[in-house]
Amino acid sequence: MNSTIALFLAQDGIINGAIYALVGVTLVLVFAVTRVIFVPQGEFIAWAALTVAALEAGTVPGTAWLLMVLGVSAAVLDCLRAGRDLTLREVGTMAIRDIAMPALLLGAVIWLAPLKPGLAFNMVLTLGLLVPMGPLIYRMAFQPLADASVLTLLIASIGVHFALVGLGLVFFGAEGVRTEPLLGGSFAAGPLMVKWQSIAVLVATLLVMLGLYGLFDRTMLGKALRATAINRLGARLVGIPVASTGRIAFALAAIIGAVSGILIGPVTTIYYDSGFLIGLKGFVAAIIAGLTSYPLTALAALFVGLLESYSAFFASAFKEVIVFSIIIPVLLWRSLASGPHHDDDEEV
Amino acid sequence: MAAGIKAYLPRLAVILAIAAFPLIPGVPEFWVTLGGYIGLSSLVAVGLVLLTGVGGMTSFGQAAFVGFGAYTTAVLTTKFGFSPWATLPFALLSTGLMALLIGVVTAKLSGHYLPLGTIAWGISFFYLFGNIEALGRYDGISGLPPFSIAGHALIDARVIFYPIWIAVLIAVVLSENLLDSRMGRALRALRGGSIAAESFGVDTARAKLAVFVYAALLAGVSGWLYAHVQRSVSPSPFGIGPGIEYLLMAVLGGSGYVVGGVLGAGIVTVLKDQLQNILPKLIGTGGNFESIVFGILMVATLQLAREGLWPFILRLLPKTADKIIDAAAVPLEHRTPPERGQPLLVVDRARKTFGGLVAVNDVSFTINGGEIVGVIGPNGAGKSTLFNLLTGVLEASAGEIRYRGERLDGLPARGIAQRGIARTFQHVKLVASMTVLENVAIGAHLRTRPGVIASMLRLDRREEARMIAEAARQLQRVGLGEHMHKPAGSLALGQQRIAEIARALCLDPALLLLDEPAAGLRFAEKQQLADLLSRLRAEGMTILLVEHDMDFVMRLTDHIVVLVFGTKIAEGTPDAIATNPQVLEAYLGGVE
Repeated sequence: MNSTIALFLAQDGIINGAIYALVGVTLVLVFAVTRVIFVPQGEFIAWAALTVAALEAGTVPGTAWLLMVLGVSAAVLDCLRAGRDLTLREVGTMAIRDIAMPALLLGAVIWLAPLKPGLAFNMVLTLGLLVPMGPLIYRMAFQPLADASVLTLLIASIGVHFALVGLGLVFFGAEGVRTEPLLGGSFAAGPLMVKWQSIAVLVATLLVMLGLYGLFDRTMLGKALRATAINRLGARLVGIPVASTGRIAFALAAIIGAVSGILIGPVTTIYYDSGFLIGLKGFVAAIIAGLTSYPLTALAALFVGLLESYSAFFASAFKEVIVFSIIIPVLLWRSLASGPHHDDDEEV
Repeated sequence: MAAGIKAYLPRLAVILAIAAFPLIPGVPEFWVTLGGYIGLSSLVAVGLVLLTGVGGMTSFGQAAFVGFGAYTTAVLTTKFGFSPWATLPFALLSTGLMALLIGVVTAKLSGHYLPLGTIAWGISFFYLFGNIEALGRYDGISGLPPFSIAGHALIDARVIFYPIWIAVLIAVVLSENLLDSRMGRALRALRGGSIAAESFGVDTARAKLAVFVYAALLAGVSGWLYAHVQRSVSPSPFGIGPGIEYLLMAVLGGSGYVVGGVLGAGIVTVLKDQLQNILPKLIGTGGNFESIVFGILMVATLQLAREGLWPFILRLLPKTADKIIDAAAVPLEHRTPPERGQPLLVVDRARKTFGGLVAVNDVSFTINGGEIVGVIGPNGAGKSTLFNLLTGVLEASAGEIRYRGERLDGLPARGIAQRGIARTFQHVKLVASMTVLENVAIGAHLRTRPGVIASMLRLDRREEARMIAEAARQLQRVGLGEHMHKPAGSLALGQQRIAEIARALCLDPALLLLDEPAAGLRFAEKQQLADLLSRLRAEGMTILLVEHDMDFVMRLTDHIVVLVFGTKIAEGTPDAIATNPQVLEAYLGGVE
């Protein structure tokens, strides 16, 4: 391996690492606010890339139909759960938010997609289609389990992942896609050709991180989310609606997922089930950082990206084995470092 | 005794029905084959029940352990000419060692690390199986010999059905034996958090590890059988997807019930087969669409019936017989009680700081044998912190705590229990789904020895009878005798507190530590509690209680320690405390 290859691999690793960082940070965020270890985050990423690809091809993306399905299901489920307690106002909200809005979006997409409206518009549409899915999934799957243990929530999360991957296959088919780069071309930096797309990924990742920092540090909403993360009961007592903080956390997850998907689409070929592995690598990073610290998670994600890129070069068949096995020594280290612990709240 | 037999009748009927299933004329071969696969999955699901529903952990990677069992026998039979029967020990050894390694790494960590770890290695092993030349890469290994008995190959689905279901039967019996034993109760106590179990001497990390390895071994057996039923192995049945399906079986069937695992395996296996027929036709293309239904089923089960489907069937069955109490069982050994009036526990300038906050500020006092000592103080006085120092939940920042001359500070909760100090909890920590008797028997954990294997093989019955008899005796002693066969969760709060005292008494303690025993009790219940504690004192027990209720403490104790803001401001007899001006000022506000 010469230095050019090393640098090339590093570039690759950093780009993937940036995406994993976005996933990892989202997982930490969602876990902190809702205690859900959100395994299906990867699905948002794959779906976003597939949506952009469909729009570029001038076809109607599966997500447009999927959002309709999710919206109607959530509305029906909420009606069944609430039964007669439902007020007219709530029914109205659901009819508009869960049924009319997705229908409107679907109509817009059917009308616009064949016109191939261009990159910026594709991105906006993709965000518009994906972001409502976060809160919808939270409402259907996790809100009724809000007081369950972390373990129960994790099992539910895996169930959601299972269902979403199957739905992905139904709505997108088994074919892989690669989208147009956000920024084409490359420039020379010494011996290395740096793709502008790489720069775009890094800048976007940094912007998202800064945005999150601003949100949590500077806004009332961010403070409410943090309060819920630290003490749910306490947050509820001071008037923070805990259910809506959960929805907001999932909306944030969907936003970051969509952005990650838009970024990774031009970098690797994405299939309906690619999200799982991407999501889990973000996970490995979050676990290395102990599911608590944002900056540590981002650092760990870079490490995972580099590890993956170099092991792809040295032992490509064992790339995944190496990346996922890394958490064994990490867990061992955590296990040795931790004193006698007492998890009082673990009740399935 | 008749009730006992009656309780077994449905079970016997089910076993006979399963045994007769392949023999019924007209049952298509396909359904018998499917029946065999249900059995193979049941083995894995039963292990997951113990892990998830009982031990409060879970694994998404059980399929990888199935793979270990399968690949071990595949390699040994095809490359080294072993007979399929002879490879079982090796299959068990390879899965067991792997599980031990993984378990050691995660058993000490809190709840969600183990399942997260299982996802990661579930994936790793899939790619590992698929990339190793000796294991045939993604094509796997084919041409495995079938099982054979006396030269007859067991190839026919109607024949191989039996070894599979015999294995399931053995697994179910061993698992149920385990749950109904000393180690089983310790495992079941893990679900309520580890602190209560540790306080009665259960090595929770080891208990978790044991159940994790056991679950993996069951998966390994399933893989070993599978390899010779299928007669070929490849990585895809051992990936993360099948791992999630196994978990669905346990959750759907009822993760708290061994038989629930078998039920879940049956439903999921049949459903999968049907869905694979129907869904592709509905959707128009091929693919694993059943995962949509499975995923929704998983979430729906957790939302609507978190205990799974088995409890619904359980309601229709005759009630299981109450545990038999053998009054003739040899009583458990007692430790020598401390001498009355001699110092038993000496707290010497104990100090605990949290950052800059001094929660317990150089507190010293002595508890003498045979007396009741009360620690009182207003909210935030440091009572609970002091209690946690004594019970090993927190470690003192400075100072010494000596018990019968031996340093207690620095010992874990388990070590303190071993020395004969038992405790109760301010927030009652009983396992709601276990009977009162079983909960109380956990208190005697350290006084008998039987381990996991002895319990599974029922070699523990003599010791078990002694333990149960002791638990029953302590329940009689505290006056809860008539409630012993009820689920602990059905008792009133006051009775639950008393049951905690019975559990503590089961440890045969020399010193009893009670954390706010009167909190939340009604007047009559307080009266009963006070009577019980005085009676225990008369029988020679030494008691320390941390309490809020002045009246209760004043009437009951021999000696009182008053804490305010972490500092001891007074100590003495109740009369002296009642008139102490500093105490009055702390409680009522000073007179200017």
